[in-house]
Amino acid sequence: MKFKLFRAPDGSQGGGSAPEAPVISTPVVTHGAGPVGPTKISARDVSVFYGDKQALYDVSLEIPDKTVTALIGPSGCGKSTFLRTMNRMNDTISHCRVTGRIEMDGEDINAKSVDPVLLRARVGMVFQKPNPFPKTIYENVAYGPRIHGLASSKGELDDIVQISLKRAGLWEEVSDRLHSPGTGLSGGQQQRLVIARAIAVEPEVILMDEPCSALDPIATAKIEELIDELRERYCIVIVTHSMAQAARVSQRTAFFHLGRLVETGPTEEIFTNPRERRTLDYITGRFG
Amino acid sequence: MTDAAANSPRIDRLRAGLKKRYAREKRFRAYGLLAIAIAVGFLVLLLGRIVEQGHTAFYAHTVTVPVYMDPARIDRGYPQGTNFEQLVAEQQLARMGVQDDAAGTKATAMRGLFSSELKYLAADRVARQPGLIGQTVTIAAPASDDADLFFKGKVSRDTPADQRRLSDQQIQWLDQMKADGHVSAHFNSGLFTRGDSTEPELAGVLGAVIGSALMLLVTALIAIPLGVGAALYLEEFAPKGKLTDLIEVNINNLAAVPSIIYGLLGLALFINWMHLPRASPLVGGLVLALMALPTIIIATRSSLKAVPPSIREAALAMGASKTQTVFQHTLPLAMPGVMTGAIISMAHALGETAPLLLIGMVSFVPGLPHSLVEPTGALPSLVYIWENASERAFHERTAAAILVLLAFMIVMNAAAILLRRRFERRW
Ligand SMILES: Nc1ncnc2c1ncn2[C@@H]1O[C@H](COP(=O)(O)OP(=O)(O)OP(=O)(O)O)[C@@H](O)[C@H]1O
Ligand SMILES: [Mg+2]
Repeated sequence: MKFKLFRAPDGSQGGGSAPEAPVISTPVVTHGAGPVGPTKISARDVSVFYGDKQALYDVSLEIPDKTVTALIGPSGCGKSTFLRTMNRMNDTISHCRVTGRIEMDGEDINAKSVDPVLLRARVGMVFQKPNPFPKTIYENVAYGPRIHGLASSKGELDDIVQISLKRAGLWEEVSDRLHSPGTGLSGGQQQRLVIARAIAVEPEVILMDEPCSALDPIATAKIEELIDELRERYCIVIVTHSMAQAARVSQRTAFFHLGRLVETGPTEEIFTNPRERRTLDYITGRFG
Repeated sequence: MTDAAANSPRIDRLRAGLKKRYAREKRFRAYGLLAIAIAVGFLVLLLGRIVEQGHTAFYAHTVTVPVYMDPARIDRGYPQGTNFEQLVAEQQLARMGVQDDAAGTKATAMRGLFSSELKYLAADRVARQPGLIGQTVTIAAPASDDADLFFKGKVSRDTPADQRRLSDQQIQWLDQMKADGHVSAHFNSGLFTRGDSTEPELAGVLGAVIGSALMLLVTALIAIPLGVGAALYLEEFAPKGKLTDLIEVNINNLAAVPSIIYGLLGLALFINWMHLPRASPLVGGLVLALMALPTIIIATRSSLKAVPPSIREAALAMGASKTQTVFQHTLPLAMPGVMTGAIISMAHALGETAPLLLIGMVSFVPGLPHSLVEPTGALPSLVYIWENASERAFHERTAAAILVLLAFMIVMNAAAILLRRRFERRW
């Protein structure tokens, strides 16, 4: 199992190599290896406030294209909050305020000239709990292309629906009941349906917030396989509580703790040789 | 379970607690049943009483008499001018062998047994077929309200003669007419096909039903779009803040304002200031719309609130605009609740009486309404008018009008349930 491979720090060197005592002064430790693809999204000193309460503190993170980046960290550390800054879903929360700069392809996504509606067509999102629309399977997938006017004919729309469902690995299971309710599918199927819905608009980035937390191992494996395939075309950011999953699907990992980005780097290095004591403790299950 | 476990004090404690819990549950169920029984009891009592009072209004008695179309009394050119009631009364007296006095009091007493409708029925026959003059024609006319009540057994012979509206002699005549086979009972279709009238036997609810329907149409057309629109804006678009809180509190207060105040407002605003016609369905509908508005807003907002936020998030994350999210996802999902709220407030408006009285819907309006801007009656005000009428025969009709009103409401509520089902299935 791949995961075992990365667990080395836990056993042999665990306590011994427990590196330099926690260096709180340097908030971010970046490993030597640079980004895997060209940078797609770059966050600079991003802070997020819910009312008076600050949930994120000066997070700076480069997210490369055609790569899966995993965000890990204990509950409440701000992973979802950070994820939601990238498609400006935080705009929909009235008491939420975002500072700092987030660039996608070098363009500030919080600029006045950027329409959040257009941004969200370019940055798709998959939520923790599958949330298909209470409409048919077909309508769910066709919704995005339809509102964005991506299909000029019924035939074209049919094609988009079919291709998206195929890419999401759901086509075989639903091709004969496209017009039955999407809410009637199993949890794992629903999650793949909302992934199909997200990729139907051909986004450039897909944000996934714990997409497998409600799924059994088989459905999880399917989604992970899917994520691995999608990586070839998209920039993917995934929040996960499963170290094993982060190790399996991601090439880069960012560890958050108490609203701060503690450490980021290639997944393999984070899991085999973290620089930060807190990272080590977290991935070896000593806290969080 | 082992003996040790079964006998352990912990299990005993649990058991004792369980007993208490079950007892509490039983008690609660008993309260529930009692409450339902009381509610049903009251309902049955209420309905039973209304049905008992009103069922007799659904049939009526007709008196069929042969009439000699006396050429000496009928003007060929103008049969409507003939006093057919007098003619028929005199002939009836003669047939019964009663000698009238010089003042003609007996003929007057006899006339009182027939509805004034007799005059129009006879004149109509002659006008259409002038050849009938000089012949004997059988004419079936409604019995007068007092005669009808007598045939229905609602006038007791034991009541002293000066305390009832029929004299001993009239009762004797009625008995004789019945024995002669001149009297028949039939379904009172006039109740559903006529407008209001000063004569109870000729009064019907159709005018009021149409008036109420027109009024509700105005109410629905104004209150539903306005209410749903306001709720959508407040719930989905308006920035949350002190101002929206203030508006919310005020809307809740408006829903609790007594309806008579709305009547006063309507009187001042629509009649005195805008000079819209008094007692018209337009003004009635406007007043009821003002009243229904807060209820619709509250119902719509609460059903919008009940739509899971995950659906909104899903739509927004797909790049739907705020408006698209609201109209393509939130509102359709809230629709069953919106519909129910709207129809319940319409049903409320249908039964509302006080504001109608203030805008002038207490006056007697004969016939059927033809437009939104002429004075009309409405079902609840008809109930009020009839209940206060002096003729006893109106009392059974009051109960009948209440039954019609209730039936109207049941139809509306059934429509609400059907619509709800439809929208729910469509999701
Ligand atoms: N809508 C909100 N209003 C106020 N505070 C919020 C809101 N959403 C999140 N927070 C707060 O922000 C902090 C970060 O929350 P966030 O949801 O980003 O955590 P998370 O890392 O995703 O946790 P989990 O792993 O449990 O999902 C938490 O302290 C949370 O209480
Ligand atoms: Mg989260």
